[in-house]
Amino acid sequence: MIDFKLPSLGADMDEGKLLEWKVHPGEPVTRGQVVAIVDTAKAAVEVECWQEGTMHEQLVPVGETVPVGTVLALLLAPGEVAPAPGTREKAPAIAKKATPAAAPARAPATPAATPAARKAVSPVARRRAKELGIDPEALDGTGPQGAVTLEDVERAAGAHAPAGAPPAPAQRPDIRQAIAAAMGRSKREIPHYYLAETIPMRRALEWLAAQNAKRPVTERILPGVLQLKAVALALAKAPELNGFWQDGAFVPGGGVHIGVAISLRQGGLIAPGIHDVDRKDLATLMNELTMLVSRARAGSLRSSELSDPTITVTNLGDQGSEAVYGVIYPPQVALVGFGRLATRPWVEDGELRAIPLVTASLSADHRVSDGMRGARFLVALRERLQHPEEL
Amino acid sequence: MNDNDIRTRVIAIIRTIAPEVEEGELLADRPLRDQVDLDSMDWLNVILGVHRDLGVDIPEADYGKLRTLEDWTAYLRGRLPT
Repeated sequence: MIDFKLPSLGADMDEGKLLEWKVHPGEPVTRGQVVAIVDTAKAAVEVECWQEGTMHEQLVPVGETVPVGTVLALLLAPGEVAPAPGTREKAPAIAKKATPAAAPARAPATPAATPAARKAVSPVARRRAKELGIDPEALDGTGPQGAVTLEDVERAAGAHAPAGAPPAPAQRPDIRQAIAAAMGRSKREIPHYYLAETIPMRRALEWLAAQNAKRPVTERILPGVLQLKAVALALAKAPELNGFWQDGAFVPGGGVHIGVAISLRQGGLIAPGIHDVDRKDLATLMNELTMLVSRARAGSLRSSELSDPTITVTNLGDQGSEAVYGVIYPPQVALVGFGRLATRPWVEDGELRAIPLVTASLSADHRVSDGMRGARFLVALRERLQHPEEL
Repeated sequence: MNDNDIRTRVIAIIRTIAPEVEEGELLADRPLRDQVDLDSMDWLNVILGVHRDLGVDIPEADYGKLRTLEDWTAYLRGRLPT
């Protein structure tokens, strides 16, 4: 008998509510198949099974919230015959269910198909809701794609009589709490050190512009993809930045799986991963990044995308600030940040020139690596970005 | 398609990416990205939306010409397929 457990979904998600079973008793399960959908503070997660077998018994009913590690279902291994009913105790699963969840009780059930995290609120509506002390996320939106508009807020205010009511937070509170828990733990437990390096981006951007000019609009590649690939390749020079801190020791990652920090429209962020970034070409990475961003924003991700990342990259993009010094996402041991691309004076070949620069930063865990290794990584990253044709 | 139609179509495309935007909220002569939260991926999706819905391919080199809604209408005016 195989235990199908709710896997770890990252440091900021310690429980999930079962939304849907995708495989029913008697049906076969193949490696990597999505077996159940579980709602968390940030997304509806498709939980994959990494063993082959046949669904025997679902132990957790739809609608129930259980902590990470709970046995969700029992599977028969290939060739295994179903035992007579009642021969296997359900005790382990029941015992786990009884464990008090670490996070506070969740809001009452929302309809499974529309997790509340997807709700969009117009900025004016949000401002007005804050003034009125109304939680705009709780309203029924009448705007496009169910977005909450100013009108919806005004209507709710009329019905609400907000006098004396305490102002409600504008954001879905459990996202904020999930981030607070993970980042609080990171800063309490991980002795961060920080390094930064200015990287000239002229060659990389000129090369990319020439490539994109040859490509149809549907296949254009963003500079952020070059940066992701360069990080993955540079990690070969500093493998102790890629992996996990577990039970008091460093465990190297089994591949370069990069978590990409994605900001969510309703506030907050999530960092699901792209697998084996070092072994994929730029076009493949661009496709995977596009899909990942759109699924993260729609609130639909896979369990392996949340549990596998071995390092995180955050890219503030062209609207961001010049540099970012990130907080490591435990149990990972490093985070690489890219600031805004900006044209600045720079000395190149002994001459002062105006060229695009980016500040890359490294936040790393001093229990695992030292500044010298971290610096080697940043130098390798800078060099990789001077040879974009090799990425 | 007149300028008003073009503007309505562009705003509709932006709203598929940023559903929180309200049509009357956008000022036509102010930089769009100061008014709508669009990262580089969102921007690329706007370009792809214009390619899909209006049949206009915008080269990367022209991104800089498209700061305001007025820029968008002026740019698309002569390029729409008939």
